[in-house]
Amino acid sequence: MTFRARHLLGIEPLHPTEITTLLDLADSYADHNRKGIAHRDVLAGMTQINMFFESSTRTQTSFELAGKRLGADVMNMAMQASSIKKGETLIDTALTLNAMRPDLLVVRHPHSGAVDLLAQKVNCAVLNAGDGRHEHPTQALLDALTIRRAKGRLHRLSVAICGDIAHSRVARSNIMLLGKMENRIRLIGPPTLMPAGISEFGVEVFEDMKEGLRDVDVVMMLRLQKERMDGGFIPSEREYFHRYGLDAEKLAFAKPDAIVMHPGPMNRGVEIDGTIADDINRSVIQEQVEMGVAVRMAAMDLLARNIRAGRQAVMV
Amino acid sequence: MTTTLFTNARLIDPVALTDSAGALLVQNGRIVDVYDITPTPPQGAMVIDCGGMCLAPGIIDIGVKVSEPGERHKESFRSAGRAAAAGGVTTIVTRPDTTPAIDTPETLEFVERRAQADAPVHVLPMAALTKGRMGQEMTEIGFLQDAGAVAFTDCDRVVTNTKVFSRALTYARSLDALVIAHVQDPGLSDGAAVTSGKFASLRGLPGVSPMAERMALDRDISLLEMTGARYHADQITTARALPALERAKRNGLAITAGVSIHHLTLNELDVADYRTFFKLKPPLRSEDDRIAVVQAVADGLIDIICSMHTPQDEESKRLPFEEAASGAVGLETLLPAALRLYHADMIDLPRLFRALALNPAHLLRLDAGRLLQGAPADLVLFDPDAPFQLDRTTLHSKSKNTPFDGARLQGRVLGTWVDGQRVWGVI
Repeated sequence: MTFRARHLLGIEPLHPTEITTLLDLADSYADHNRKGIAHRDVLAGMTQINMFFESSTRTQTSFELAGKRLGADVMNMAMQASSIKKGETLIDTALTLNAMRPDLLVVRHPHSGAVDLLAQKVNCAVLNAGDGRHEHPTQALLDALTIRRAKGRLHRLSVAICGDIAHSRVARSNIMLLGKMENRIRLIGPPTLMPAGISEFGVEVFEDMKEGLRDVDVVMMLRLQKERMDGGFIPSEREYFHRYGLDAEKLAFAKPDAIVMHPGPMNRGVEIDGTIADDINRSVIQEQVEMGVAVRMAAMDLLARNIRAGRQAVMV
Repeated sequence: MTTTLFTNARLIDPVALTDSAGALLVQNGRIVDVYDITPTPPQGAMVIDCGGMCLAPGIIDIGVKVSEPGERHKESFRSAGRAAAAGGVTTIVTRPDTTPAIDTPETLEFVERRAQADAPVHVLPMAALTKGRMGQEMTEIGFLQDAGAVAFTDCDRVVTNTKVFSRALTYARSLDALVIAHVQDPGLSDGAAVTSGKFASLRGLPGVSPMAERMALDRDISLLEMTGARYHADQITTARALPALERAKRNGLAITAGVSIHHLTLNELDVADYRTFFKLKPPLRSEDDRIAVVQAVADGLIDIICSMHTPQDEESKRLPFEEAASGAVGLETLLPAALRLYHADMIDLPRLFRALALNPAHLLRLDAGRLLQGAPADLVLFDPDAPFQLDRTTLHSKSKNTPFDGARLQGRVLGTWVDGQRVWGVI
């Protein structure tokens, strides 16, 4: 059992054994959640603060539920409405919160690297709930757990990630995680939505979706932000759906047992056809949401163990 | 009448491109003789034994930001002047991107008065090319020139309107005024924090293609063909821009180019985990670009090395990378950082000082920048080998935003003379 990290800032610094450790624990939490077995002692007496500088419903709720299931005292701070509006800097906000001595800080911020910056200034464990276009580690971990439960393994799979790769922190964390676990990664999307230097990432890039989906085990769709739809990056919503929206015809190129994933919230009829999203034989989108809670429970549990170990070391 | 004899020196001559033992006689602030032997000191002369260390013309640094007026807490003429003296810089050529911008003879006179009162080195001010650096209307180029402006620039703002820019260039040509421009296509570079590529994608930071530099340079070269103005590109930092620059020079246009010391000694990977002291304008480039640009300096295609000294306080830098201010201080680290290139065998000392002193002097039509009879005795004495680890808190600048904090450097300034007067010395 190894998980040495003090924070969960991204997938990049994690070792494959740390990923496996976290997924194993999350797997058991997922089972216990289904059976209704409570674990309110795990984070009992600990304080978890959710700081979201960018609005989010599902991620924030998932973290909140995970903390509560483990017995933590959970606070939500809507940062857009608060001190940031009064001109306080990110670091001052962090120092103020730090003085209240929380144990776990869950942070989402619209700028890449902001969560790293904040983590340097506080004593508690920091979990990155998404920073700019950089990373969204718990999303990649919940995707990995979903894949592992559906496919029975998390290596030597062919995974296609489709859509707006350039602006997606979910794609970055997934590329990192799936690469570390030795899977084949294909990226599918129009060249305007591909990040620069992508050919150096050890991935295959496809502009033709059907060709890219050929014989893959997993199809991961990404959300296309509304503000990128009109003329800037792609000509129009309907042309995008025609070329890169997942429908039955395109999905037929994947393996017959390929699963379909989406981090949500979905734009039905833009990146994914509604009937595919709802097809319980192919879509694991609801399962992803369920695994999200389990993965976040596991992440906070492991970080809390390291916090306790650190405190004991100080006392000895 | 003061007379000083520098003996036992290693003379770095950027005109003859020699690096040889010798001595130098200074009288009344001017170099009066250069020897390759040790002469008998004239009566009453003060003798300075250089101990075999390098004696070179003082550095002329074009594009220094002194934050007066407007942001004196970041840098004043006193602090910038002391930093310059400690760094072997004997002339600083100041940028007009202050608050307010230096765009009238009145504000220019303020700068000159403040510099005169507080700075121990020569200060030559530049003025804005357009009013408020807004890129709409040209400034009073003639009046500003009369008041002492040595060049005209909107600094890191590109004059996007080609009609406005071509008229300003045409008017500047009629006065034989030097125009300095930042070459970065504004559309392509909009919102960028780093150079696009694998590193930018990994960090999730918005990047600009290195092509944005060449596009802007190509545009400006076309306008130079049209107008015939004297033009200097402040920073050429990419390999792709070099052939265009070479062609323009070969075609006889009055074009020169500079590069900041940071782009010669650091690359994009130095940003590492969002280190904002490495956020510069233009952003740091790939290692291939860095090598190409160093070679261009050694070959003389790029004329000038500058520090692009840009003081920023802690508050402007302690922010998420995209929000943090750009720029780094460089007056004191310019020479030791440049000596990295010498120690890496990429350039010799005479060629280094050609880019640090002689070429800037040519560009501004100064008689400094050379070790010749009659030149002003603006000198720097330095030990090119002395190793040290930089501690940013020891810098004389009010702002400590150096990317070299904690870096191991070689090269220590032992003494700086301006018009024969010692303004800095550790021996």
